[in-house]
Amino acid sequence: MLGYTLLLVIAVALGFFLVAQNRAVRVADGRLADLHSRPSYHGLYSLLWALIAGVGVLALIGIGGSWLVTSTLLGRIAAELPEALRIEHQLVLSDAQAIARGGIPSAVDALREAIAEDFARLDAIRRWGAMLAALVAALAAGTLTLSQVATPFRARNRSERIVRSLLLAAAVIAVLTTIGIVLSLIFETLVFFDNIGWRLDKFLFGTRWSPLSGVMEGRMDPERVGAIPLFAGTFMITIIAMLVAVPVGLFAAIYLSDFASARVRAVAKPMLEVLAGVPTVVYGFFAAITVAPFVRGQSTWIIPLLLVALSFFLVSVGLILLDRIVPGSGRRLRGAFNGLGAIVLYVVGAALMLLYTYSVNPTFSFNVASESALAAGIVMGIMIIPFISSLSDDVINAVPQSLRDGSYGLGATRAETIRQVILPAALPGIVSAVLLGVSRAVGETMIVVMAAGQGANLTWNPMEAVTTVTVQIVMLITGDTEATVAAGPAFTLGFTLFIVTLLLNILALRIVRRYRELYD
Amino acid sequence: MVDMTALSRVHGSAAAQGRMRRRRRAEVRLKVYGIAAILLAGLALVTLLWSVIGNAQGALTESYLTLAPDIAAEGVTADSDAEALRAVNFDGVTKDTLKAAFPDVTDRRERRELYAIVSSGAAFELRDAVLEDPSRIGEGAPFRFLASDDTDLYLQGFFGRLEDRAHSGQARFTSSDDGETVDVFLTANDLADTLLIVKERLRGSARTLRRQAALQDAGVRAFEREAEGATGEAREEALTEVRRRSDQRDRLIAQAEELEDRASRPSVAEEIGRSDPSILLRIGDTGWVKLTEVEPTGGRGVVLGPFETESVVDPSDWSYFVLDRPEAARSISDRQIVWIETLRSEGAVERQFNTRFFTSGNSRQPELAGIWGAVVGSFWTMLVTFVVAFPIGVLAAIYLEEFAPKNRFTDFIEVNINNLAAVPSIVFGLLGLAVFLTFFGVPRSAPLAGGLVLALMTLPTIIIASRASIRAVPPSIRDAALGLGASKLQTSFHHVLPLAMPGILTGTIIGMAQALGETAPLIMIGMVAFITEIPGGILDSASVLPVQVFSWSDFPERAFEARTAAAICVLLIFLIIMNAFAVFLRKRFERRW
Repeated sequence: MLGYTLLLVIAVALGFFLVAQNRAVRVADGRLADLHSRPSYHGLYSLLWALIAGVGVLALIGIGGSWLVTSTLLGRIAAELPEALRIEHQLVLSDAQAIARGGIPSAVDALREAIAEDFARLDAIRRWGAMLAALVAALAAGTLTLSQVATPFRARNRSERIVRSLLLAAAVIAVLTTIGIVLSLIFETLVFFDNIGWRLDKFLFGTRWSPLSGVMEGRMDPERVGAIPLFAGTFMITIIAMLVAVPVGLFAAIYLSDFASARVRAVAKPMLEVLAGVPTVVYGFFAAITVAPFVRGQSTWIIPLLLVALSFFLVSVGLILLDRIVPGSGRRLRGAFNGLGAIVLYVVGAALMLLYTYSVNPTFSFNVASESALAAGIVMGIMIIPFISSLSDDVINAVPQSLRDGSYGLGATRAETIRQVILPAALPGIVSAVLLGVSRAVGETMIVVMAAGQGANLTWNPMEAVTTVTVQIVMLITGDTEATVAAGPAFTLGFTLFIVTLLLNILALRIVRRYRELYD
Repeated sequence: MVDMTALSRVHGSAAAQGRMRRRRRAEVRLKVYGIAAILLAGLALVTLLWSVIGNAQGALTESYLTLAPDIAAEGVTADSDAEALRAVNFDGVTKDTLKAAFPDVTDRRERRELYAIVSSGAAFELRDAVLEDPSRIGEGAPFRFLASDDTDLYLQGFFGRLEDRAHSGQARFTSSDDGETVDVFLTANDLADTLLIVKERLRGSARTLRRQAALQDAGVRAFEREAEGATGEAREEALTEVRRRSDQRDRLIAQAEELEDRASRPSVAEEIGRSDPSILLRIGDTGWVKLTEVEPTGGRGVVLGPFETESVVDPSDWSYFVLDRPEAARSISDRQIVWIETLRSEGAVERQFNTRFFTSGNSRQPELAGIWGAVVGSFWTMLVTFVVAFPIGVLAAIYLEEFAPKNRFTDFIEVNINNLAAVPSIVFGLLGLAVFLTFFGVPRSAPLAGGLVLALMTLPTIIIASRASIRAVPPSIRDAALGLGASKLQTSFHHVLPLAMPGILTGTIIGMAQALGETAPLIMIGMVAFITEIPGGILDSASVLPVQVFSWSDFPERAFEARTAAAICVLLIFLIIMNAFAVFLRKRFERRW
């Protein structure tokens, strides 16, 4: 109904465009050059005013009226059932609306029937009223502008001013969206905190998460809203994802920007783009159907393999840190044993790791949960690879060629140039790419909903099922619990998520901006 | 002057050459890491696509069982009016048809199994066919009953295939006293190799038992050590634990030894359980026996299909089949397989391309489920997204590039847009839930709500792409237009915007492709609800493709796995088309100045 009204208003506005245009031509009486503005601008001016008036009135009465109807009826229901809770009033109202619209209500009684009748009446008044008022407003505004058509009338300047404000309005929508997000999240968050008696500490540092099990008369048990297991689960899956995505993405970017031939680039870059374009729900399916059963079924060799890879990573990081603390020591260690020092270190690291594993689990029979953090994290890492690689590729390419040329001129090899010139120069950009990757991993929903656990589980073991913030939001919102009860913790988690990702993004953008200034 | 020979001595020395080799090695190493990274990413992509496409094949076919229903038995004739026809219990007709095809099935539980080989939707299709052509009633014309998902999976070979084994002996079957089981006697060692399979499983079980025993043994030793170090009560406790665990260990080892002993004697008869491969004997056309006990020259079995016992059957008149996947590990029973095979040998089984999957709405029955409802829902949602996001995005981009004064407020808008691009999608879902559904009262699950949420999400992508495209239009175009007396707005709309349009469209299509694959925010606003109708507009309840993928992946039926993968393939095809179109636009129309 309101949609048709909208179309009608648009049609009226278009009509005014033609009428005003014609009138301008007639006013000019054949000498179009006498007009200050071309006839189409007279038309545009009429069109814009008719449209603004019509749509404005429609929105005001359509939406404001709906709010008025709802609050009136809620007031009536509250008068009939003074002892019932607000939520029950709303239930009665939504049932009445269902009755009025021919839907399926949860219950039917005299009160609901009466309210339904009222609702149907008021709603009809609202819709017809909105339609009538919008049309009248559009017609009035259009007619008013028609009377203004004259040779000296500056229709172009006036309509351009209107269009410019429309442009500004379009740009402001982004700001409104942000405000909308913050307001809608903060409102429910405050309700939730009020619900748990402002025990923010219990939410931020508590270790027991089952918010819906402790609901008593609309109040929640502060002992059961500890979000630490969710934070820990999110953190673990993010770490696993970044352990996959950062090395692979970074090395891919280095190779593509400084080693690969044009042919390899022509294949590898679209491949990474395809990987980036795959919807997350497909990754979730992949994780649940392929990766998780594989990791679970082949754990006897996959887990040791991953542990060895982890030991390599730790040895590399250890050597770099050692170099930082005692300059040159890492390099000397690498060079020991006739240049085989690095290999010896890696082998020793891997052996120690496997020995430790053996001492804990002599049969190497790992019990990987079917919804392990490991599988979800690996797939999330795969999802983030193209993100890291394309961002790093950009920053590596943005390092001025003069730095490379200088390094080559001093006789450095390509590897040395990359490690000692390009990477340090591009480091801020890479760090911000990683931060943006982390922010993605933290906010990613579908992979973890489909492949990670649902029960809050505080553990260090990546082979167990853990749950994440996003999984809990989805479970709370889609669960069977009354929406008004579940919304509190869900929106609070959403708010936490929003703040964390916002901070990560701001930090990343800051770093990039500072770094850009360095070379521009 | 530098002494060149001395220099070359420095560079040519063994130590220098060693250093050089090391440096080159470092270079090769870095290169290898890079190639490995690319290959890993490629491997991930290939595995992903392979697992999706490989899984999707099962959804491409559907099966039909052709049987002749006796509708006249319900008391209607070809001349009955539609009202009377509609009142017929077609579900009952379907069941009666199956009963008539297999009259020896009398047990209630077995009957229920029999009914399950046909889809629960078959009765509705029969009704529609009869309503359309009542002359079916009189003739007892054959009707193609849609097979159930498990029947279809079996016919696809999802549970493995009945393997026809070579045999040479004559067979004799004698009924046992209760008539339920038969004893099988063969004149040759035909079943010896099958018995070996069963024995092999015994060995496997024995290995598992021994592994458990080894764990218990480790426990025994650990508690022995503890007992040595402890005194008093702790020692007593440890010793009890040692005794308990060694008993356990000995029991396990004894069991394992018994199994190994049985496994090592090839001629001893073995029972066939639900976790062993199924062994089916077929006698003539309709006779079937399922072996429950096997020895090299025969065994004992249950009769699944009727035949003449007490007679000698020549090798050419009986055959024997092995189905490797045990009955416990599949959702179709041996009995059902026998029925399907009997129908198949009568030529009543048909498989064809599954058009239903592309034309019907959602269903809880995998064989009836289709993606058309979700595709239409996606279309309405994308329509709303485009109509809202494209104009707003382009206008905002024009404002920011061409008109915005350089001030704090403009900076604030820009920061906002950049941040919105990185806000997790689920937060947009919460926004939609709170603002569109609760505050503005948009109907739940409606494409309107989904489209608005996705529009807000896509907006930053469109704005950023449009700005880049507008910025790429050289200032000379603007200067020329302004120089000819055009106003700023005319310059932007008449000259800059048309030139920037290809880039803007490319960015918009890429943004729409992202929106098409988006799932989480739509789950938040209730588009995950189970909706079977095809949505007719933006206010109807609807689902969208990715959300359908998500909800199907949660269903326990195996056949849904294939359908999920097939739905993903459809989604990916749409995305590929959109992205290819974007690439085409970029290649064909984008100008570089």
